[in-house]
Amino acid sequence: MNRADSFGGSCPVPLGDQPCIKLAHGGGGRLMQQLIEEVFIAAFDNAVLRGGHDGAILDLQNGRTVVTTDSFVVRPLFFPGGDIGTLAINGTVNDLAMCGAKPLFLTSSFILEEGLEIETLWRVVQSMRKAADAAGVLIVTGDTKVVERGHGDGIYINTTGIGCVDHSLFVSPPRIATGDTILVSGDIGRHGMAVMGTREGLAFTTQIESDCAPLWSTVEALLEAGLEIHCLRDATRGGLCSVLNELAQDASLQFDVVENDVPVMPNVRGACEVLGLDVLQVACEGRFVAILPKNESVLALEILKAQNEFAAMIGHVSSAQAGLVTLQTPIGSQRILDMPAGELLPRIC
Amino acid sequence: MKYIDEYRDPQSTRKYAEAIAQLVTRPWTIMEVCGGQTHSIVRFGIQDLLPDEIELVHGPGCPVCVTPVDMVDKAIEIASYSDVIFCSFGDMMRVPGSKSDLTRVRARGGDLRAVYTPLDAVKIAAANPQKQVVFFAVGFETTAPANAMAVYLAKKQGLKNFSVLVSHVLVPPAMKAILSSPDNTVQGFLAAGHVCTVMGTHAYTSLADTYHVPIVVTGFEPLDILQGIYMCVRQLEDGSATVENQYERAVQDDGNTQAQDLIEKVFRVIPRKWRGIGTIPESGWALSDEYSSFDAQQRFKLAEAATEEHTECLSGKVLQGLKKPADCPAFGVTCTPENPLGATMVSGEGACAAYYRYRKERVV
Repeated sequence: MNRADSFGGSCPVPLGDQPCIKLAHGGGGRLMQQLIEEVFIAAFDNAVLRGGHDGAILDLQNGRTVVTTDSFVVRPLFFPGGDIGTLAINGTVNDLAMCGAKPLFLTSSFILEEGLEIETLWRVVQSMRKAADAAGVLIVTGDTKVVERGHGDGIYINTTGIGCVDHSLFVSPPRIATGDTILVSGDIGRHGMAVMGTREGLAFTTQIESDCAPLWSTVEALLEAGLEIHCLRDATRGGLCSVLNELAQDASLQFDVVENDVPVMPNVRGACEVLGLDVLQVACEGRFVAILPKNESVLALEILKAQNEFAAMIGHVSSAQAGLVTLQTPIGSQRILDMPAGELLPRIC
Repeated sequence: MKYIDEYRDPQSTRKYAEAIAQLVTRPWTIMEVCGGQTHSIVRFGIQDLLPDEIELVHGPGCPVCVTPVDMVDKAIEIASYSDVIFCSFGDMMRVPGSKSDLTRVRARGGDLRAVYTPLDAVKIAAANPQKQVVFFAVGFETTAPANAMAVYLAKKQGLKNFSVLVSHVLVPPAMKAILSSPDNTVQGFLAAGHVCTVMGTHAYTSLADTYHVPIVVTGFEPLDILQGIYMCVRQLEDGSATVENQYERAVQDDGNTQAQDLIEKVFRVIPRKWRGIGTIPESGWALSDEYSSFDAQQRFKLAEAATEEHTECLSGKVLQGLKKPADCPAFGVTCTPENPLGATMVSGEGACAAYYRYRKERVV
């Protein structure tokens, strides 16, 4: 049993009986040392991290190496189906997976706000450890800074991920080709509505849980089946709508999507209807778009459905107009699916 | 999803579209009054299903769009005060005033909160007695009951730190103004379903009689709108001009009388300035004398200031159905949802924003 397990689910509350983060926890002295040892190393324990060096010295496997970085700011820190810790791990390992890379190592930097309860930090760190275990990655180095009260939202986290590509495919937008099929790996919009529901105190009749999850095992299954994956991208901020527009622009091709084929849970759809939000623009944290040749799409869908029964084919790629995404509406007419403007603001009535 | 999918059924919508095509013998111009209807029409591409003879023009029923610039400027001024928590419906936040908008006030440190109901603003006031909490009470008859309830409750609770910046507008006087205009082209109306849920349908009878226009109270889903158009065209072709109710599942002729009683207690009718249109007599609500102490304009002693619209923006004409968004040279060029010149480009219900977002061709 490692140290983290011995603490069970609650904070060790060591740290010289300090219940809250103080500026001194980022000041490089004894308090910071305690924080690192008794919270971070305790939770993330592994040989590289225990080395305690200024950086992590890694043995990378053969093949190409992929590096990605992402910062996480979310209010509230905890929401149904996850918290900022699960997001910080899954967000970065998913970016690696979308490059076709097996996630191996993560760095983790924290910006903490003075006054943050250490119990809260402990819960987040525990979530990170569980998510890292589930994704099969090690957190090998990190950093901690503390900002004055009022200058942060409790916790900001940056994670950088390193992964390796041990196959010959180049999974990237330029590989997308006319005639390809567009698939989505599950129902969309859960994360955004779960966070909005919690943040705004909206009482939905059924609780909406975030879809926050690691995606590598699904991608790995597609790769192991020998499918010629052209492109993958996870639908995070801006939702499916942003991903489709970004990829259509990057590939200089047209995407034609059928709105009725996009899987959405009734509670998510209901919440979006009530708030006047377009579910296609609502964030996911555990869903991705896969684009591959049409003749491989049936097998790909079968593999995706084995992981998530709501996976679906939602459209295809054509060469009509570079960078355009069209949507067939539920009543059968066609329109442009435009890039979202930015902040999602509910309508008045 | 129940009560949604039935009204978006492709076969039924097509049948209604065909029925309209069989009915129509000559061109007709029909205005849908409400921004929610405009949004649906453009989002679902309903105009494409209609015969060429039917032209839909988009009415002034977007509350975000018609809130005058000087009122947005007042909101920005109040929201900038350090002791104020300013609460607003989400889509008012990006509406451009003459120099700034509310999101920029927030970026500079103002305490702005997007609320889903004005009652949340009352709760915020109760929880923050050291702060002045102001709610931006905009909207048509639809939002008025909840806004009135917020003021009513604040008075009942004796809250001294709650006030409202009221910019309420009324649909029938705006329809009257459109019909009285020498430039008017509208021959029939789809009246705003949810406005009538509150106020009922009686106010429209005299409009239909006086101006000899058919008025069909209509819902918001594709099938509602097509059925509303069908009923309107049937009247136009018959030469009749009465008030009909397509949206029977939500609208009763008398409306919601309890809500009306509350509105009458809290508000009084006044002339109101509409963005892009100008002042329309008896077209708005302000707080009644009994509730005037909750008026943010009085509490913060705001001066009236002359404001000007962007010269390039045609939103006033768009709101009156005299121009279509694409007629504006700025549309999609210098005016986009990211950088709106006028309010019709801001709200999802604004005709320009709906046209831009759901357009069929790219703007060059």
